[in-house]
Amino acid sequence: MTLLNVSDLTVTLATSTGDADAVRNLSFSLDGGEILGIAGESGSGKTMTALSIMGLLPYKGKASGSINFDGKEVLGSSKKKYQHMRGKEISMIFQDPMTSLHPMLTVQTQLTEHMRYHDKMSKSAARESALKLLDTVKIPDPASALRAHPSQFSGGMRQRIAIAMALACEPKLLIADEPTTALDVTVQAGILRLLHQIRDERNLSIMIITHDLGVLSSLTDKILIMYAGSEVESGPARELLSNPRHPYSQGLIAALPGASREGKFLTSIDGMPPELGNFPSGCAFHPRCGFAEDRCSVPPIDATVVSKGHRIYCPVNPFAHDRVEQS
Amino acid sequence: MKPVPVLTPVTKTLFTGTGLTPFIIRRLLTAVVLILGITFIAFSVTQLVPGDPVAANLGQSAYSDPDIVAAFKAEYGLDQPVHIQYITYVGNLLQGNLGISLSSKRPVAEDLREFFPATLEIALVAVFVALVLGVILGTISAMTRDRLPDQIIRVFSLTGVSMPVFWTALTAFYIFFFVLGWAPGTGRLEPGAEPPPQVTGMYTVDALLDGDFATASQAVSYLLLPALVLAVFALGVITRFTRASVLEILGNDYVRTARSKGLPERVVIRRHVLRPALLAIITIAGVAFASLLAGSVLIENVFSWPGLGQYAYKSAVGLDLPGIMGVSMIVATVFIFMNLLVDVLYRVIDPQMKDSK
Repeated sequence: MTLLNVSDLTVTLATSTGDADAVRNLSFSLDGGEILGIAGESGSGKTMTALSIMGLLPYKGKASGSINFDGKEVLGSSKKKYQHMRGKEISMIFQDPMTSLHPMLTVQTQLTEHMRYHDKMSKSAARESALKLLDTVKIPDPASALRAHPSQFSGGMRQRIAIAMALACEPKLLIADEPTTALDVTVQAGILRLLHQIRDERNLSIMIITHDLGVLSSLTDKILIMYAGSEVESGPARELLSNPRHPYSQGLIAALPGASREGKFLTSIDGMPPELGNFPSGCAFHPRCGFAEDRCSVPPIDATVVSKGHRIYCPVNPFAHDRVEQS
Repeated sequence: MKPVPVLTPVTKTLFTGTGLTPFIIRRLLTAVVLILGITFIAFSVTQLVPGDPVAANLGQSAYSDPDIVAAFKAEYGLDQPVHIQYITYVGNLLQGNLGISLSSKRPVAEDLREFFPATLEIALVAVFVALVLGVILGTISAMTRDRLPDQIIRVFSLTGVSMPVFWTALTAFYIFFFVLGWAPGTGRLEPGAEPPPQVTGMYTVDALLDGDFATASQAVSYLLLPALVLAVFALGVITRFTRASVLEILGNDYVRTARSKGLPERVVIRRHVLRPALLAIITIAGVAFASLLAGSVLIENVFSWPGLGQYAYKSAVGLDLPGIMGVSMIVATVFIFMNLLVDVLYRVIDPQMKDSK
């Protein structure tokens, strides 16, 4: 069953040089209990996509298109409706647990305030439920953790607390924006395992945003790759990672440390991602693409379905040939 | 720094501990040293100022009589060398004796007891109005950033900090007294009215303590206009500061987290934004209050308010050394006390600071 259906989403931000589209005509969907990974370099519009679902776009940001959540249109909802949905139906964890928790409020306050507001819980009931949550996310000694301030925990522990906060009102969808980027590599795996385990236990849908494809391979059911605010490729995780079809996805996967052979330098994609407000026309990747042809700079770029659920936005489709040969 | 070995464990924690009480004790001890330092600076400055206190306080004919001059000098200790004068002053000070004023011929301590509460009364009202209104207006301003309410508030707060105090005072007096007739006039009470028995020296409080509500309400009606005029500048400063501070806090990740939890905006503002913003606001409010005391000279002159500002002015004109010293000490004490209060409030608002000395 489809839980979240985003179609034709465009997010416009105010920049110093005028309005610019940070997300352009993005469409994707997410089923109940599914984990979707959105990948791309910084500035590709991943976070703005997440924030537009939450109704938390930055100052003077606007979203258009359609975001359908649980059968209801969300985009353009009143402030009140968004407020009832946030934290309760959809919750979010952020990139840097060092700054995303309030430094002056106790863990108990931060963990229980939205339960008390959304679910009208008593203080003691909320506290009970907070203790269970801290146990779920494997915080040792939950009772004393509740009395502590975030500064008394390490980054990994703080991110676990943030996850507990996000789970407090039993939302249907959890959006995790680069949940492991700010953490030590050794801690990352634990957080990812925790997210996976929570999905299995609670049948929660998770949308995980990352620039690290390695994070996605072990965790996700579906992957969407973004470049300059648009989708370049999407499909089932295993299929897409083993058989990327867009030159950009190819480049990203080839740049993963594990993909290079021993004794060779890591491969990288030449050039820099374009800046907001300065996206090239047509396929925004064409100036950096080794397969680019004249038609690549002419909009619109249409989707090409490669196999069931797997599509790319590339008019050249340079790897179609060897796909045929292989199969 | 190593702890001094003669201290017993109990006194040691009192002096070196990280709790609130040791912190306050340490700060009070520092304050004593600071005040002594201030007496030295104030004393030196008054010695450097050209001018002869004898000439300023004796009439033309008395000044030409060497006997009277010698007697005057002897009476006020002015015949002693400067360093002896200073040591005598500090010695007297430690016994609570601030000397005799050259101009009023009364003990300075007595003068201060009379004049300081008058200023304290309008300054307290002013800082209360400025703080409450300033935080509310500044927060509204930040939340409606660039929209109409913000623009209106910004115009007013900019006007508040830009207008010279004497001009505000004269204009307010002209409008509310001459034109509208709302303000009762100058002074602290109606001419000839009996002041309430002195407890705090603040007429409103004293009248209430005395159960005399008529005098209390009269005192309020007299102090309102000077207090509000005094508040204008601080209100402007606090409003602008609150706006900037709230806007800065609003950009923090933890505010986005609070919003992502679906908390109503008023809870986000009150619990997650204003608390950290108050840290910054309290600092500026402490400074604003202390400078209100010092800056009330012009307002007190316009409203004939018999406060510290007027006393300071008279002492300075009369080269009244003990008077000047008394005023500087009391202003310095207020500054030190406000700083201490600010630091204590910091620790109350932000519990993490309790670990630091």
